[in-house]
Amino acid sequence: MSGPFLISLLTFTPLLGGLVLLTLKREEQKLARIFAIIFSLIPAIGVLALWSKFSNGEAGLQFSERHPWIPSLGIEYFVGIDGLGLLMMLLTTIVVPFALFSTSKEIANPKIHFALYLFLQTGLYGTFTALNFFHWFIFWELSLVPAFFLIKLWGGPERTRAAYQFFVYTLLGSVAMLLAFLAIFSATGVFDFIQLADAARSGALAAAVENKLTLGSFSAEQILFILFLGVLLGFAVKVPLFPFHTWLPATYAEAPSSVSMTLTGVMSKMGVYGFLRILLPIFPEQMRAALTPLLWLAVATIVFSAYAAYAQKDLKRIIAYSSINHLGYCLLGLFAVMKSTEGDLLSEKAAALNGVILQMFNHGITASALFCFVGILEKRSGGIRGLNDFGGLRKVAPVFCGLMGISIFSSLGLPGLNGFVGEFLIFKGVFSLASWAAAISTLGLLITAIFLLTILQKVFSGPVNQKWAGLSDLTKTERLTVAPAIALMFLFGIFPQFLIGIINPTVVAMLQRLNF
Amino acid sequence: MNFNYAEIVKLILPETIVVITALAALLFDLAMMRGKTVHQRSSRLAALAGLGSVLAILCIWLTPSYGNLLNGMLVVDPLTQFVKQILLGLTIFTGIISIQTKFTPHVGEYFALLLLATVGMMFLVSSENLLMIFVALELISLSLYVMVAFKKESIQSAEAALKYFLFGGMSAAFTLFGLSLIYGLSGEIKLSAIAATIVGQGPDPLFLLALVMTLIGFGFKIAAAPFHLWAPDAYQGAPTPTASFIAAGSKVASFFILAKIVWIGFNGAGGSGAWHGFGSGWIPILATMATLSMVLGNLAAISQTSVKRLLAYSAIAHGGYALIAVITNHREAVSSLLYYVVTYAITVLGAFAVVTVVEHNTKGDKLSDFAGLSRRSPVLAGCMMIFMLSLAGIPPLAGFFGKFYVFADALRYGAKDLGLLWLVILAIGTSAISLYYYLQVLKQIYVAPSVDGGLKIDTAFPVQAAIVVLAGAVLLLGCLPNLLVGKLLAVLQRTGM
Repeated sequence: MSGPFLISLLTFTPLLGGLVLLTLKREEQKLARIFAIIFSLIPAIGVLALWSKFSNGEAGLQFSERHPWIPSLGIEYFVGIDGLGLLMMLLTTIVVPFALFSTSKEIANPKIHFALYLFLQTGLYGTFTALNFFHWFIFWELSLVPAFFLIKLWGGPERTRAAYQFFVYTLLGSVAMLLAFLAIFSATGVFDFIQLADAARSGALAAAVENKLTLGSFSAEQILFILFLGVLLGFAVKVPLFPFHTWLPATYAEAPSSVSMTLTGVMSKMGVYGFLRILLPIFPEQMRAALTPLLWLAVATIVFSAYAAYAQKDLKRIIAYSSINHLGYCLLGLFAVMKSTEGDLLSEKAAALNGVILQMFNHGITASALFCFVGILEKRSGGIRGLNDFGGLRKVAPVFCGLMGISIFSSLGLPGLNGFVGEFLIFKGVFSLASWAAAISTLGLLITAIFLLTILQKVFSGPVNQKWAGLSDLTKTERLTVAPAIALMFLFGIFPQFLIGIINPTVVAMLQRLNF
Repeated sequence: MNFNYAEIVKLILPETIVVITALAALLFDLAMMRGKTVHQRSSRLAALAGLGSVLAILCIWLTPSYGNLLNGMLVVDPLTQFVKQILLGLTIFTGIISIQTKFTPHVGEYFALLLLATVGMMFLVSSENLLMIFVALELISLSLYVMVAFKKESIQSAEAALKYFLFGGMSAAFTLFGLSLIYGLSGEIKLSAIAATIVGQGPDPLFLLALVMTLIGFGFKIAAAPFHLWAPDAYQGAPTPTASFIAAGSKVASFFILAKIVWIGFNGAGGSGAWHGFGSGWIPILATMATLSMVLGNLAAISQTSVKRLLAYSAIAHGGYALIAVITNHREAVSSLLYYVVTYAITVLGAFAVVTVVEHNTKGDKLSDFAGLSRRSPVLAGCMMIFMLSLAGIPPLAGFFGKFYVFADALRYGAKDLGLLWLVILAIGTSAISLYYYLQVLKQIYVAPSVDGGLKIDTAFPVQAAIVVLAGAVLLLGCLPNLLVGKLLAVLQRTGM
């Protein structure tokens, strides 16, 4: 338990930075971007310090802070980091500064834009470290508010509609989750995730619900299942899981590219993280009871979103649907792991779960890089980003096409790049756990390859579209912006053990606790 | 009955101090401030009123003496004393806000009435006797009627006062009728004795009539729909400090006494407000009022262009949320109810203070008068943002925890079987709607181009300091709710509840 306040410190640094930005005078607005980048990078020091002290062989919380807060309601300020948390912190620390670097210098109202972005970063850190429902939920909601304004005020032509759709969907999911947790609280008096998970394992949760909660003529088991559905809804909307995904394409397409980078890079991971941290440990029985329909939904998410991406003509929408598709693999792996095998196939489960977490991390980097490239293209073309509007860019802007090509290949899972590792492990695990689901999902892999290669074919190759013959290649700054992301794609593609070392003990411990 | 005057004097010492201060305010204004400007007079009298209130607070704090006199007429326990301290604190801030405006030359009378209304509230909270409750209510109401009418040259102020007075008189009649029926039925005027005679009587139609009558009267006091009609006009027409006092101090006292009456006096006649089995009693009546208030208040607020009217409708909506805490009907809910109304009072007082300043500078309280406030006075704009977001229930401000606490308690202790789930769902839904109109205010402040060519806002220093303190309190109580909750729970324990 070293560095007692380090987690809080790095969580609240961006918030402080945002407040500092708001005090900038009108004529100092130019400084906002550079200030924001600095403030978003300061937590990197903390995260790296945590990583350096992190012992790879251990499961469980390695750093934590605990302070009494509102004792009468069982609310503590309790934050902690295990392997999963550390990886998500790392991802946030990579993606947010990356997105800030790629934000245009000419953006309107820079100080408010960057302040909101920094608030968002605090919300993300908080969500990935909080272990008490009360402030976890505050962070979860607080990340929604800046995202709403970033879309609403700086988005594309349909921004208002998209922002409201995003807000209302996510809010409804959150409210369902809040009610479920209030009901659990009224039965148990506990908001602490770890205690709740222990209670769920020992049967105390079911007993408390049996004794304290009644809901019409439902039995305790049914009530628990309803509560499970409430929490599930919150996460399913955020990830998203088919059929709760309809807000996503419009949101990602209308948000400014730099915001889409964080939306897909980190915020979509909040949902999967919620599944891993909250839903699996607290509702394992219910999850297993609903396993088959959930697997079907995951398969539908994978296959339908791949086909939908194939049908799109707008590059941003293609990547948006491909994001749904990639997170579908996460959900597939996550659900398959819940299959009861009486202690068998533990290594397959570990593979799948490791794959899920790797996929979260790697997709975060790859998808944000893709949105960054589309943003760069959009800036040069004046907002045009249709699949068929370009052609032969390879001759005009070779560096751009080369680097974006690498990201595309990473996204479709080419071995040697980071996208491959997670998907491979997920499929390896799922094939033995739920072979039919894995078999159908490979269709998604295939279509993904097709539509991503279509981008290469229609945008990069072919005859040069004379309209864009003068398109300039990546500038030095832009190259520097994307270079780290590309480097990470190779690094984690070739040496995935960097990441697996962090998460494997956590994964194994989680599986042992779920124990079936 | 033993009559010990020394005892009475000891117990009502804080009230006595405030009454003396009220009289002193009249005297000073009459005798020593001839030829001074209105601003000078109001500053000095605000200081005097503040001094008196601080003395009363200190008196409560330093010489705690508790007792129950004259058959529940005067109940002084740690809880009532705590609520009184809060009421006095709200009065101090109301006094400070009043410095900014020059709505009347009769400054002495204004401050005297403000203090007298405070005395009424103090007696109101420390009584468990129907007669005393009614007398204290009338003392508050009469003072407030006059305070609403204080802007003599303004027709709206007169109209508002007349409406307030007519509605108030009518509702007082309802209350009195209800109370007299209750007395007729039980032969008692002490709350706990009434409860003892009611229990086991079953649903008596006459008693239900009495119940409805009484609750209508209190529905008016707390401006719960459908008895809210006076509120928007009174808030808009009244001098802004008066409006803030109605919204803050009067609200805290009224909710406290309402809870006391229904929890102690009508104990056992609650019925049920659960969605799967309504039972007749006061709970379904209050649940209906809460529902209507939340829906109507929040929807009507959306279309307002006057910020004071907007705050009035928002007050109606917040009355609905606070009613959920009353409906919870459990001793644990005392602290959630008080946390909610106290933080609401602080927030709304701050919001009205900002409105007072803006109104003083732009001569209006339209949304458009707030345009560009962030450029004209960044401090005020920042504070208003805190107040608005707290009213909307955005974490980490006090308004968020207040709602969270009320909802959690309603589910925990409210009707069995998560019976109040429907009210909580409705409340969460309507508070999501409310975010819209609070953001409209902030949009004007932060996004719209400024009016008056962006002149700096002129703020008296004490007023600005008061606003900053209030905003700081909202933030602090939101981040560390245990400061208030812990205190409340300790007080409740000392009171023996």
